[in-house]
Amino acid sequence: MTEEIIIAGFGGQGVLSMGKILAYSGIMQDQEVSWMPSYGPEMRGGTANVTVILSDERISSPILRAYDTAIILNQQSMDKFEHTIKPGGTLLYDPNGISHHPTRKDINIFRVEAAKKASEMGSGKIFNMIVLGAYLQIKPLVKIENVVKGLRKSLPERHHKLIPLNEDAIHVGMKNVESMQSI
Amino acid sequence: MGELRLMKGNEALAEAIIRAGADGYFGYPITPQSEVIEYLTAAKPQDRTGMVVLQAESEVASINMLYGGGATGKKVVTSSSSPGISLMQEGLSYIAGAEIPIVIANVVRGGPGLGDIQPAQSDYFQSTKGGGHGDYRLLVLAPSSVQEMSDFVPLSFDLAFKYRMPVMILSDGAIGQMMEKVELFDQIPRLTDQEVKDKYPWATNGKPKGGERRVITSLDLDPAKLEQHNYHLQEKYRTIEQNEVRYEQIMCDDADYILVAYGSSARISQKSIQLLRAKGIKVGLLRLITLWPFPTMKIQELVQKGIKGFLAVEMSAGQMVEDVRLAVEGKVKVAHYGRLGGVIHSPEEVAEALEQKIIGG
Repeated sequence: MTEEIIIAGFGGQGVLSMGKILAYSGIMQDQEVSWMPSYGPEMRGGTANVTVILSDERISSPILRAYDTAIILNQQSMDKFEHTIKPGGTLLYDPNGISHHPTRKDINIFRVEAAKKASEMGSGKIFNMIVLGAYLQIKPLVKIENVVKGLRKSLPERHHKLIPLNEDAIHVGMKNVESMQSI
Repeated sequence: MGELRLMKGNEALAEAIIRAGADGYFGYPITPQSEVIEYLTAAKPQDRTGMVVLQAESEVASINMLYGGGATGKKVVTSSSSPGISLMQEGLSYIAGAEIPIVIANVVRGGPGLGDIQPAQSDYFQSTKGGGHGDYRLLVLAPSSVQEMSDFVPLSFDLAFKYRMPVMILSDGAIGQMMEKVELFDQIPRLTDQEVKDKYPWATNGKPKGGERRVITSLDLDPAKLEQHNYHLQEKYRTIEQNEVRYEQIMCDDADYILVAYGSSARISQKSIQLLRAKGIKVGLLRLITLWPFPTMKIQELVQKGIKGFLAVEMSAGQMVEDVRLAVEGKVKVAHYGRLGGVIHSPEEVAEALEQKIIGG
């Protein structure tokens, strides 16, 4: 099993940390992982993306041009990455702020109203965990218990009290993902 | 099994510096390498092992602190990125001339000049052909994973002290910035002052009672003596060429064509091999681990075995390809492919280049 994922959105949405939590979860279940950010002179409000690979084998290139799954969280990223999904691959997006919806016919398309749910739950910060939950509902590649273990490893001790809220957010994401197109 | 962590290449390098039992790190921050000194400062190695971490006033100061620290037999190390490494070249020439063991890491970014902060591999010439003046070499190791960013630190110290010379870890922005799983090695204790004295009889850490005065210098105004010193250095370099060539062969056994690459280009090329093999093209990868010494003999052996062509893949305008050409001696086709200025080539572009430049060309 090898899953090649691009997560793309605005800086500040938690794109990079979502990728990091996913990668840590992979390590917790003995997988090979890589996390390659688009680093550069980028900042809050600018675009941010990260390539995450989970695999049972040694990972070849951490830098890719074609992905099994794209998780897209703003319009710029939709424009940039919709066409990079492999035929038969998966697109997950949050429709909030999207004016040009995906048009590909050869991929599976899902959406999750993560921004809306996050504001209903009263915390914009859990937006990315709702998205992660939606992804894990579609592709249960890592176990939730390993995500929690990953959170424990990657978050500083002083933030551990927030782990239950993050867990709740994952479950909200799992419940609220909608299939828009299935091939 | 050692401790498993998800780390950036730069962080793994920093943690490995502490665990390798280094005595001192002297550096100056520069993107895409700044996490090294950031991590070292946050990790408080002075409390863990007594190691010193100092932010110098410039890269020129850092490299000369290494000259001083290394001359006393202490394990000292610095890191920087391309423009900072350029500033250190005078010091490196002096350190090579004076035969001082030090470790230096270059997390390469796009050049020339200040360039940009994206990954590049355009410092190959500077690293392997002598960026400073005089006839000298650096032993150059090229990590292609976060694991190797960690593993190559103790290896570099071992080689630096074995041959009394500067060893460079030549990384790039992609390897420095990406995170992967890394298995950390256990703490290697720092040597005590007495152990340093016993182990390194050349070190200038005080004149021993009744012993000879020790001198470490790169200056000798007597040409006859300096010629002898140069012969000695060259003899050492020939020994290294014999004993320290390191590489990895990936799917080379049945290959008709070979990609030659190091660092992040080697990772990208592994994917290109999968793409090409899916089309029925038998291609392998010679992944360089040491850039100097270069695996000239291995390439000659592959030519003998009937390889039809080599594609040198590097994020430069064609630097390592010159060493591939020298090894192949015109017997089969050699071409270069690589994006420039911090643009990273994709696995697909590398695969297309092999088809166009070697198979079709």
